[in-house]
This record gives sequence, structure tokens and C-alpha cells, in this order.
Amino acid sequence: MTKLELVCPAGTPAALRAAVDAGADTVYLGFRDATNARNFPGLNFSRKELAAGLDYAHTHGSKVLLAVNTFPKAGEPLPWHQAIDDAAHLGVDAVIIADIGLADYAARKHPDLRRHLSVQAAASSAAAVNFYAREFGIKRVVLPRVLTVPEIAQLTAQIDVETEVFVFGGLCVMTEGRCSLSAYATGQSPNSCGVCSPASHVRYLERGSVLSSKLGAFTIDEFADGEPAGYPTLCKGRFQALERTSYLFEEPASLNIAAMLPELAAAGVSALKIEGRQRSKAYVAQVVRSFRSAVDALDDGSGADLSALQALSEGGRSTSGGFRKAWQ
Amino acid sequence: MKMTRTELTLGPVLYNWSPERWRDYYFEIADEAPVDNVCVGEVVCSKRAPFFEPVLADVLERLEGAGKRIIHAAPILIMDARDTALARALTSGGCLYVEANDLAEVADLKGRPFAVGPFVNAYNEGTVAYLARQGATRICLPAELPIESIDRIAKSSTIPVEVQVFGRIPLAISARCYHARAHGLHKSGCQYVCGLDEDGMVVRTVDGVPFLTLNGTQTQSYTCLNLTHQLARLQAIGISAFRLNPQAVDMVAVSQLFRDVTDNKITPEEAMAGLTELWTESPFSNGFLMGQEGVKYIHAAE
Repeated sequence: MTKLELVCPAGTPAALRAAVDAGADTVYLGFRDATNARNFPGLNFSRKELAAGLDYAHTHGSKVLLAVNTFPKAGEPLPWHQAIDDAAHLGVDAVIIADIGLADYAARKHPDLRRHLSVQAAASSAAAVNFYAREFGIKRVVLPRVLTVPEIAQLTAQIDVETEVFVFGGLCVMTEGRCSLSAYATGQSPNSCGVCSPASHVRYLERGSVLSSKLGAFTIDEFADGEPAGYPTLCKGRFQALERTSYLFEEPASLNIAAMLPELAAAGVSALKIEGRQRSKAYVAQVVRSFRSAVDALDDGSGADLSALQALSEGGRSTSGGFRKAWQ
Repeated sequence: MKMTRTELTLGPVLYNWSPERWRDYYFEIADEAPVDNVCVGEVVCSKRAPFFEPVLADVLERLEGAGKRIIHAAPILIMDARDTALARALTSGGCLYVEANDLAEVADLKGRPFAVGPFVNAYNEGTVAYLARQGATRICLPAELPIESIDRIAKSSTIPVEVQVFGRIPLAISARCYHARAHGLHKSGCQYVCGLDEDGMVVRTVDGVPFLTLNGTQTQSYTCLNLTHQLARLQAIGISAFRLNPQAVDMVAVSQLFRDVTDNKITPEEAMAGLTELWTESPFSNGFLMGQEGVKYIHAAE
């Protein structure tokens, strides 16, 4: 069994250095525009910053992946094509793509540029993965967070490309790349604009002792006096159905499947992905260090201390999400 | 410019209606609805599919007899063996005209004529051109696309382009069943509670504002898409078919209104008045088409 590759987020040049220093095998990042799915203000890389980041990572033996994983706007493919061209010219180790048209462009224009399939492409079956591999020479697929570990094992047995799975951080409960919930409430499509539940549409309102968090016109959650108020990510809010108020879709918890690394390795997974390009460099350093030691411990058969990760989860709460059947 | 007649398509029934209701609905559509294309098939949850098996042959025969073009709609999300089997039953054999809603299905259908459904992420002309090269002969675009994108795609597309113009808007699909979860159940022991809500289960915000609708593993809008006032514009930019998503109302009457307004037999105002009488569950919306919040209804500036 080959050692699991640790793929880590870099929202800024400082986070890239922190991730590399903490032992990331690979960092992933995006340009500062709508071409990637973490298009947040103050985040991401200019061309010049990417060149410097590539230099730093390669000097320290780490790889760099560029996410170009939103869906190009009709009639305006240029920013996306430019991102792919620049990735090739700057020498990134792979691009992460979701759109079929863009995959087609990359495969024809830059056949030697390694291509990974983004989670946003939602390739959840062997037939879909093999299609992308055959048609566009995809070398690795980032799996949607809808598959259980046994399903992942079955999938890896039927495909010839590497698989990468999310192990820590934010958790989409809907199939990634196939969700218009945020666009319905805000008019900003995550698939096109690269941002879900955008901060520009978030408001906090105080009514007496109750604090409500709103996304667009809709209240996503309410917090009693003293209750810690979370960010109104649409699918992590409290809603009413059948006369009951509950976290109808999912609790505001983070994904953490550090304890399942042996199962993932046995299922044939090649790489572990940590979510969080919007996170601070201190957070990134801490999570990467913990996973570095967990992967090394798995490799040499010793035990790893994973307790530090719990404190880094959203509200201190974590879930194994769709990786366990019971979640469904 | 000579305009060809705009087709009407009935999308697949997205809800878990009883097999009798499901059959009667299709019989009525076959006998009375002025639509050209009818999608048949369980696309949301493969657990539901066996219930429709016993009445499927009768439904297909009736539709065929009525001269409707049958489009076999394939599942949106393929995760396990059951989903794969449901998709393969349609895509293998090569004799059915299938609407792919996942790339796994596109892969299986490649090289022969097929339709592309609204759940395939076709956001731009490059992707549509690629799908057409694989054999796609028609495509229904994703519901969240603004008219500017639809315009660009329609202009360059070599295959007929369709858009949804009526019905609750499918917004998301998941491995988790929210209908079951709302009832305190898991998907594996769901007791098919999604069957209790023929137009989906309404979700409200904590302060009581209706917001979304649950339909098993699918989440839909609370509002009902209604592009009656945008039909002429869509026709003008080259859209060749309008899709109506079935709700638990008189869909024959809904189809007739869309047929008449599309044929300029009635005005959009008249069609709107008729639809307002037929659909009383929730407000209408058209925000996605206007590049705004999908929930909104934007009154076109005259």
C-alpha cells in the first residue's frame, strides 16, 4: 500500500508556506477570481504569488494544485481558459477541473498538464469516473462526500485513476456542484461565482434577547442569549418542518474522519484532502501537523494523537458525514 | 424568420405518488394534455422505482398510443448498486430514448441519440457542444441559469434547447434523505414517508417563513417557477421547448394554458390568471432567469 498523500488548503501565500512547513505533501489553491470555488474577498493568489508559492513548495518537496473548479459562464470562457493556460505556463503540478467544456479545453490545449476532477463534478460512480478518465485523461478524482467507505472501496476497484477524499473541515451535505440552495436565497450561484452563503448577503439581527442570522431575506438560525452564534451557512441552519424546529439538513459540525484513515487506506484511497482555504495559517498549520503525524503513524504502525483536531472543528463538534451509512 | 412551433415537455414526476395516482396522471396526460414530450421514470430515489414497475408498461403504451414522444428519465445521483441498476436498465439495450441526468448515464449512452436533463451541469456552450458531439439530440438546461447564459448557449447550440418554465425548482440532491430525517428515520428504514406529501414537505425558517420543500433526498424551492411572461423572449432567443414539472394540480389544464399562450391564443396575463387559480400552494418565482435570487418574482419592465 502506498503512503497516503496529504493535500492541504492554501487561501493565501502565508497559508501555503504554513502548510508546506507543517508537512503537506501537496497544497491546493486558486486564482483571485470566480474561476475557483472559494472566491472569498481577500483570499487566493495572483499570478505572481502563485509563481512564488510554486517556488517555495517545490523547493521543499511539495506539489501545488490549482483549482479551476467553477463552471465557466456562457459566452465568457476567457478567464477560465486563461487560468488553465497560466497553470501550464507557471508549471503547477495539476489543475482541478469540474466543467466538461473546460476539461475538454485543457485536454486538447495542454495535454501534458495533469488534470484532476474536482468534487464539484460530482463523479460518484465508476461509470462517471471512467468517462472523465477516458474522455479527458483525468488522473485523479476528488470524490463527492456522498459515498460510504464500502462504496469507495467498490469504486476504487473499478477505476484506474487515483481517488482523493475529504477528511477534515467544512462538510457539504448536498452533492457538491449540484446545489442551488444558496443561489435561490442570494442570487449568487456557487457553481458560477465560487461562493456559497456569501458574506455579502449575511446579516445578524438582534430582537430582544434573540440574535438571528440571515442569508438574503431568510433567517437561517436564531440564538438565545449567550448561545454562541454561528455563520449562517444555509444547510447548517435550524428550520421548521412537521411543526418541529431542528437542524433539518445537518448540524453545524465539521467533517473529521481522522479515525478512519486505516479504513480509507484499505479502501484504496490515494490522497486525503483537508478543506479550508478560507482558514487562517495558524489553523492550517495545526490541522496539517495533526494529519501529518496521523499519516506517518499509520505508515509505520504506531498510534497517532488526534485529540488536537477536535478543538478545531466547528463549534467543537465533528461528524463522519456520509462516510458512514447511518448518516443517510 | 420562420419560427418552428415551440414544443411542450412534461418533466418526470419528482414526487413519490402512489402507483395508482402516478398511472392515472399519465393516462390523463396521454388522453388530454397538449404536450409533445413526456418524461417517464424515477429520477430522485431508486428505492421508489419498484413501486411503478407494475403500471409502467400500461403508461408507456397509453402515451405511445397518444402519439407522445416518450423520454425515459434516468436517475440524478448514482451512488450504489441499486442506482446503477436503475440507470443501466434504461441505458443498456439501446432501444429507449433516455434523458441522462448524470455523467455516468452520458457515458453509457455515448454514440447514440439521447437527451440531456437539467441535472447535468451544462453551464456554457463548450459543454453543450461536447455533449452534442457524444450524441445528445436535445438538452434541458439547469434551472439556475440566467437568460444571458441561456441566450449564448441557444445561439451556438446545434441541438434543440429546452428550459423549465413551470413547477417547483429542484435545488439540491443528497445521499441523505431529509424527508426521513424530518420524521426521525434513516434512509435505510424510511417507510417511504416522502409519499405523504404529494407536492413535497414545506420547510419554514425559524421565524415561520416558508422557504423550501423537501422531496426525499431532493430539496426544492417553496415557490413555483412560472416563466409565463418570459416565454416570448425565450422563443425569440431560440428556445425550442418549454418544460413543465408536474405538481399535484390539474396538469392538463396547466399544459393547455402554456400551449395557448405559446401559440398566442391567449395573452400572458390570461395564462397567468389561469395558473394563479390552478396553483395556490405558494407564490410564483422567476428570479433565476432574471439573474437574481431564485426565490424572487421580478415583474418585467414593460
